[in-house]
Amino acid sequence: MTPPLRRTLLIAGGAALAAPALARPALAQGLAPTPTMRGSANNYRPGAAIVPRIGQGGFWLTGTVRRAGDGAPIPRARIQIWAHTTEGHERDPHSHGATLTDAEGVFRMEMPQIVPAFGQAHGHLAYDAAHDENGYETVFLRPLLRSARDTSLTAHFVLRRA
Amino acid sequence: MTRGRAALAWVGLALALAVPLVVAARSPLLAWREPIYIAAGMAGVVGLGLLLVQPLLAGGHLPGLRLMASRRLHAWVGAGLVLAVVLHVAGLWLTSPPDVVDALLFRSPTPFSAWGVVAMWAVFGAALLALLRRRLRPLLWRLCHVTLAAIIVLGTVVHAWLVDGTMGTLSKAMLCLLVLAAAARAVHEARLPAALRRLGRRGG
Repeated sequence: MTPPLRRTLLIAGGAALAAPALARPALAQGLAPTPTMRGSANNYRPGAAIVPRIGQGGFWLTGTVRRAGDGAPIPRARIQIWAHTTEGHERDPHSHGATLTDAEGVFRMEMPQIVPAFGQAHGHLAYDAAHDENGYETVFLRPLLRSARDTSLTAHFVLRRA
Repeated sequence: MTRGRAALAWVGLALALAVPLVVAARSPLLAWREPIYIAAGMAGVVGLGLLLVQPLLAGGHLPGLRLMASRRLHAWVGAGLVLAVVLHVAGLWLTSPPDVVDALLFRSPTPFSAWGVVAMWAVFGAALLALLRRRLRPLLWRLCHVTLAAIIVLGTVVHAWLVDGTMGTLSKAMLCLLVLAAAARAVHEARLPAALRRLGRRGG
């Protein structure tokens, strides 16, 4: 399980993101949608099952999903995750899994340790409009681990209405 | 060169090539890779090592080898380098096709890919040029071949250095510095400014 400290940080981070939105609505109106990153859709296998965790776990991929403009959290958004890990290559079906955001738009997926592949330790995330009923545009992300020894990775989505 | 120093030079070269290979072969990353991916990575390490041999052979700097024999070996090692590059790219392609397509089209998110792809095309260009050697004026041929060789070395060293892969940091740094030093010496000995001046005079 996640150490309690990290969960606290995540909640605190969410509060910090939400606070300016309440205090300065004019500025929050301009929250720009996240662009799809280069190479982020590589080895994507659409429609992976929603799972409690991928493989044996041990690594955490967390983040938030919010609406462009006002920054409101998007609950029950389906995020698919895959990576080259200690348990398989990116293309392997068992390296893929999906999860749903909670009421605060937060997702947390436990998965095997990500290891460097193709020159960089990195993860892949997808919000795929074809597999989600919230009605936002598809976005793919490819965040990098700061160090190959990291045991967690964070990525945030800001989505635009389709 | 005395026999002792000659032996030392060969042992030094063998170590410079073998140590990075052994370190890469013991990388913990291999436990989580399929054999084709492992072979592709190793082909890259071998290719980098051959880049140390090539300028030494071109300049006839390896003791016990006459210049003619050295140049003939340079051609064979060049063919080996082409093979290493082909195996490197093909193995990576089989492992993850979209990542290699991105690299070849210069739209990869990884900054090292473009350096590697430029070096790959320069390897193919230098090899093609070697096949056409007799059809070109020697000065022009030398100018083009050495320029391509410099691009190969620079592109490969930057590519290898930026990759977080199976090579050990220290052995990779040592090999890269040796490759750069050997290439710099070979470029210096090729006396390109003089060749350019003579070509210019003939052309004008």
